[in-house]
Amino acid sequence: MNTVAESPLKRPGSLERNPKLAQWLRVHRDGAVSIFSGKVEIGQGISTALAQIAAEELGITLERIRMVAADTAVSPDEGVTSGSLSVQDSGVALRRACAQARTLLLKSAAARLGVSVRDLQVADGTVRTAGRSTSFWECADDALFDCEVDETAALRSPRDYQVVGKPAPRRDLPDKIAGRPRFIQDITLPGMLYGRVVRPSYNFAGPVSLDDSKIKSMPGLAAIVRDGGFVGVLAEREDVAISAQRALRLTASWREVDALPRDVHAWLKEHAAEHHVISEKENADAKSRAAKVLEASYTKPYISHASIGPSCAIARIDDGKLMVWSHSQGIFNLRRDLALALGMREDAIVVRHAEGAGCYGHNGADDAALDAALLARAAGGRPVQVQWMRDDEFAWAPCGPAMALSLRAALDPHGDIVDWEHELWSNGHSSRPGRSQGPALAAAWHLARPHERPSAINLPLPAGAADRNAIPIYDFPNQRVVNHYVHEMPVRTSALRSLGAYANVFAIESFMDELAQAAEIDAIAFHLRHLKDPRGRAVIDAAARRAGWSTWKPVEGRGHGIGFAKYKNLGAYCAAIAEVEVEREVRVNRLVLAVDVGLVINPDGVINQIEGGAIQSTSWTLKEEVKLDARGIASLDWEHYPVLKFSEVPVVEVELLDHPELPAAGAGEAAQGPTAAAIANAVAHALGLRVRDLPLTHERIAVAISQST
Amino acid sequence: MAERLQLTVNGAESELEASSDTALLYALRNDLGLKGTRFGCGSGQCGACFVLIDGYPAPACDTPLWAAAGKRITTVEGLSKGGGELHPLQHAFLAEQAAQCGYCTSGILISAAALLARNPRPTESEVRAALDRNLCRCGSHNRMVRAVLRAASEIAL
Repeated sequence: MNTVAESPLKRPGSLERNPKLAQWLRVHRDGAVSIFSGKVEIGQGISTALAQIAAEELGITLERIRMVAADTAVSPDEGVTSGSLSVQDSGVALRRACAQARTLLLKSAAARLGVSVRDLQVADGTVRTAGRSTSFWECADDALFDCEVDETAALRSPRDYQVVGKPAPRRDLPDKIAGRPRFIQDITLPGMLYGRVVRPSYNFAGPVSLDDSKIKSMPGLAAIVRDGGFVGVLAEREDVAISAQRALRLTASWREVDALPRDVHAWLKEHAAEHHVISEKENADAKSRAAKVLEASYTKPYISHASIGPSCAIARIDDGKLMVWSHSQGIFNLRRDLALALGMREDAIVVRHAEGAGCYGHNGADDAALDAALLARAAGGRPVQVQWMRDDEFAWAPCGPAMALSLRAALDPHGDIVDWEHELWSNGHSSRPGRSQGPALAAAWHLARPHERPSAINLPLPAGAADRNAIPIYDFPNQRVVNHYVHEMPVRTSALRSLGAYANVFAIESFMDELAQAAEIDAIAFHLRHLKDPRGRAVIDAAARRAGWSTWKPVEGRGHGIGFAKYKNLGAYCAAIAEVEVEREVRVNRLVLAVDVGLVINPDGVINQIEGGAIQSTSWTLKEEVKLDARGIASLDWEHYPVLKFSEVPVVEVELLDHPELPAAGAGEAAQGPTAAAIANAVAHALGLRVRDLPLTHERIAVAISQST
Repeated sequence: MAERLQLTVNGAESELEASSDTALLYALRNDLGLKGTRFGCGSGQCGACFVLIDGYPAPACDTPLWAAAGKRITTVEGLSKGGGELHPLQHAFLAEQAAQCGYCTSGILISAAALLARNPRPTESEVRAALDRNLCRCGSHNRMVRAVLRAASEIAL
């Protein structure tokens, strides 16, 4: 009987799509347990957290767990590692699968020893009864797990946790700190060729004209590959591939398309194609009390992922089968789009995950995989490694979308907000593979038979995308929130850490601060006055206490500010308090963050993610902006796309409010919006002047000063 | 044109065949198999490929082989003593869990090792200044600074 079909309720986590127990784990005779997860390590420490969950429910030590690299041939399909959902999706599924596995192993052990399960003592997989013993490893039998996961299997109570909730060192760090090969960039396969793709830094269409006569004779060059506007080189040595790429690019000319708008934010407002009212509340009585109305507009520029390690992939085509190694966040979706782009069957393709440099959203990983596959067609069965150069990465990886936001609110005579409007203009925030009709892979748009470049889409609410966190969490009697969706994409955009939440929270929390000032009420008190949610109030209180908010002494040129959000209005609560000083540039001296993610799996992992998110958000907020010229992206190196340096990084203090009784929420994106708002509010207090356009550079501040006088 | 070149890497003499204009980075990674030194930008702006050349941190991506010949080159693999014993900095990075993705880590260990060699008891701001040529995108800066200070105090014991 198929219980899945009969049940009207969805199975928890990723069990809905992957209900078989054997999909999740395998017990080995040598005392180890392989865990299969479709979620991938992208520098966030998820493989350690998932190993903790598995060890906990199996009741074994963490050292016995082997996390198997995600692979379309062996792993459960868990979609994309994104949205801070891995603990919810994979963690929940693994918890149940491992709980059931333990029950089955104990039954098997009891049968083997001829006693009932009640008479067994178990420690780290060794099972004893009255002087006799066996073990999970002796009972290991693949047939045992050939069943569906029983969702009703008893789970260990959080009160009894031994592994979950305790700091666990990251399992991948010993290799990375010793400098051992660990990244996809470090993989060397026998006979491997090195590939590079020849592209301009701007959008183009049609074929390329180029002169390869000089390059052809380069020693060590294996092939020049052309397919319409797609051009690549293959060489025995990596440095030769790079020289050939650079030399060939100097001879090439492409047909440019789509001159870029001069003022992106004005352009967005003129080009909105869909207008969605996503929240509306009316209370005429409250509205009639309006005494003071405020309006403000905010902007956020395009932001680059700017990972330190450019995208990389390896591909091998052998006997009609394509094998791809990729640091993609979604190996199954990548396989689908590779099949579309290459005209292959999906079952002729295997995509295996290999760790890349830090990933903060949809970067160039998937694109590099198609690049490698196209070059592998010309490699005669030899594997091909492609790594993008720094300028390839800045020019071709999708950007986090630019956004424009307009807010309007009314205060009553007591300083209560009685009306709230929030409008936003943005491209979609996801053009990931697997979500549109054609392949969402850059090279596919330039082949002799080109595929159309898909527009970025928005994910539905409540999580949302451009409108993520656009609906205020506060209790306002009147509110209206509108998402103006722009289809046309002058710059390729897709998911970047926290999607629209970064800009929406920056705008909402900046505006809350402006309203608090107008009402002459302390910002913390003003937040608490409008917020009922007790978990939200608790993180604001905790951050204020830790930062010493109430004992702050005003000093000229210095300011402090608060930002708060519940990520996606569904996940982690985070309050951030920033302390800044402003001379020529803004310097953030201190960030204090209080966070509630429900059950904490790995406290040090959560702190590391929040701390890292807060520092990255500080960098976005103070410095980062993709620069455009009429043709395309003009910031193609670190000089033109500066990020926060060691000497500019603030002190960061993180306080965790643990709730073992509540479901675990992801931590990876929770700090992005609150940190930005806290800094912007602190800057406003330091300057006595509001800067509403990100990033908060010297130039932006100078413009704001000139506009105010 | 390819020629036979000699390099002194991590105390050992190595011979390889490459053009003398080739960046040291590719000789280290692909000819000598020392993958700990990583490509980041190709122009010395990010520090992911830093190695010690005669004791000073330098970008391997921007150093041609002709300029590296005859010098003492130390990569992240050469920081550890013989027998795989880690450098005190590496122990401290593990103790502080001072990384997220770890891609920039090798270059930062190199800069930190150079700092401690000439200034065994640096202040926090000296550590930050010494690491300013290295970029980290994940936001592990403060953990890494703590790890360098921890290593300095442990070496001094």
